[in-house]
Amino acid sequence: MYRYIFNRLLLIIPVIIGVSFLIFAILDQAPGDVVNVITGGGATQEEVEELRAELGLDRPLLVRYAEYMGGLLRGDLGKSYISGRSVFEVYSERLPATLKLAVASILVSIILSIPLGIYAAVHSGKIGDNVSMVAALLGLSMPNFWLGLILIITFSLRLKLFPSGGDHGLISLVLPAITIGTGLTATLTRITRSSMLDVIRQDYLRTARAKGVSERKVINKHALKNALIPIITIIGTQFGNVIGGAVLTETVFAWPGVGRLIIDSIYARDIPMVTGSIILKTITISIVLLGVDLLYAAVDPRVRAQYSKGGS
Amino acid sequence: MSTANTLKPKEQLKISASKRYQKRSQGAEIWRRLKKNKGAMVGLAIVVILALIAIFADVILDYDAEVIKQNIPQRMQLPSREHILGTDEVGRDVFFRLLYGTRFSLSVGIVAVAIALAIGVVLGSIAGYFGGVTEEIIMRATDIFASIPNILMGIVIVAALGASTVNLMIAVGISSVPQFIRVTRAAVLTVRYSDYIEASRAIGLKEARIIFGHIIPNCLSPIIVQTTLRVASAIISASALSFLGLGVPQPSPEWGSMLSSGRQYIRTNSLLTFFPGLAIMITVLALNLLGDGLRDALDPKLRR
Repeated sequence: MYRYIFNRLLLIIPVIIGVSFLIFAILDQAPGDVVNVITGGGATQEEVEELRAELGLDRPLLVRYAEYMGGLLRGDLGKSYISGRSVFEVYSERLPATLKLAVASILVSIILSIPLGIYAAVHSGKIGDNVSMVAALLGLSMPNFWLGLILIITFSLRLKLFPSGGDHGLISLVLPAITIGTGLTATLTRITRSSMLDVIRQDYLRTARAKGVSERKVINKHALKNALIPIITIIGTQFGNVIGGAVLTETVFAWPGVGRLIIDSIYARDIPMVTGSIILKTITISIVLLGVDLLYAAVDPRVRAQYSKGGS
Repeated sequence: MSTANTLKPKEQLKISASKRYQKRSQGAEIWRRLKKNKGAMVGLAIVVILALIAIFADVILDYDAEVIKQNIPQRMQLPSREHILGTDEVGRDVFFRLLYGTRFSLSVGIVAVAIALAIGVVLGSIAGYFGGVTEEIIMRATDIFASIPNILMGIVIVAALGASTVNLMIAVGISSVPQFIRVTRAAVLTVRYSDYIEASRAIGLKEARIIFGHIIPNCLSPIIVQTTLRVASAIISASALSFLGLGVPQPSPEWGSMLSSGRQYIRTNSLLTFFPGLAIMITVLALNLLGDGLRDALDPKLRR
């Protein structure tokens, strides 16, 4: 087990280096030179050169990248051009709100999708199955920022049940969590259904029924337990999409998370803030995925068996 | 050959006729299976209609006079006989703008996926065909690339290149490359060791010819399915970036940017928010229905 954790930790390092270099290099091409932003465009050529040297922008890309990554290790990703605050600090302030939203959305979709998927699988081919599959496809086809706006129009402007934005405690989490959760619910319902259908055809379920186990117990205990494995995998891999997609939902709901921070910084052309928060966000996702993988290995003996073989 | 020689000429004729029948029927068989799937046919019908609207948008509408021309006295009208879906904040007909917007959304989706397809299929088949270090490098790079969420990758690319329609296509296209690399590689691996590939190598064909003439044509099913579904998600990503102000600039009637400007009037006229989103949803739903149907029709074994 320790060996596996160690190996997985080693594997994440090239990913982090690759990802951060990619983002750093692409954003380095960004137009709207920072110097212009700072000076307001009214500086002489000499002043511009001086400022560029002062900010260290005249050195080669690789050198600046190496320095940047050195800073990352010390928790120092430079300062925001606009507010002058440390990028790392601002990011850490905003991260909990995004994680809270992600966890809430995943909870919402688990609660909705697993029963729905089981129902669809058990009643496969019947009207209930068809209705839930059409609903799932609708959920997948909806742009989530639009869904968020529709929810705001309906539940906060018309019915005045929930706040339309900002973070005012648990109640303001409801609409954004549904917004992000809908697409995920659709995906998970489809996976749950197909996974249950696979399991339902297995011989050991026929055996259980032949032994006289009640149908309810066959489905809820024998079938679900085995069908859950692919479902859990998908939940894990969807975590990245949830955090990534949260950019839009946070913008729509004025949610004070990392996604909104990124968008605001892009509008303000605050490149160190953009670079820093996108790199940190991607690293956050990789670490969460690693955690899910480890959890998964801890739960499923088959995965453990696989890596103890591979690790030797 | 030996069996054929023992047959009478008439029977030989029969066999070749039945062979021809079989060959012609592969496409027909897929079409027959697809036709049975009601959802897929609905999707196909909508996609065809949207494509026609996109192609003939210029014929149906006068872009300058009917799509982007402001008409302040007529602003913010509710749906009426004159303006089926009402007018927007500067008096433009929402229905006309949505119709014309089909051209933007479909072309961005299709061009973006074409970019991803071109890069993804070439890299994916190289990885699958050559294996070894080449494969290792391509696939690890793909993993790194794929670990950046699509929308963030899009934002990064647009931030670097600047917001415009072409850059939007590039951004959405590049962020969909990893999926195509993975799908193509997986498909290539399934045919790579077939006898006919061995045979083409034995007769000394060049590798490029083997890959593009023999391997890729036999991997088309998953690639076609992936392409259809990816156009759907590319349309969503593109409208999302436009919604954030990072895509097609105003006053072009792109659905995402229409949503974004409609959003400012969410309290007074929520229809301006509702209709563009509905247009996106119908388009994406149609493509998803078609993609699911194609998957079932092209490979019945994959049916879930």
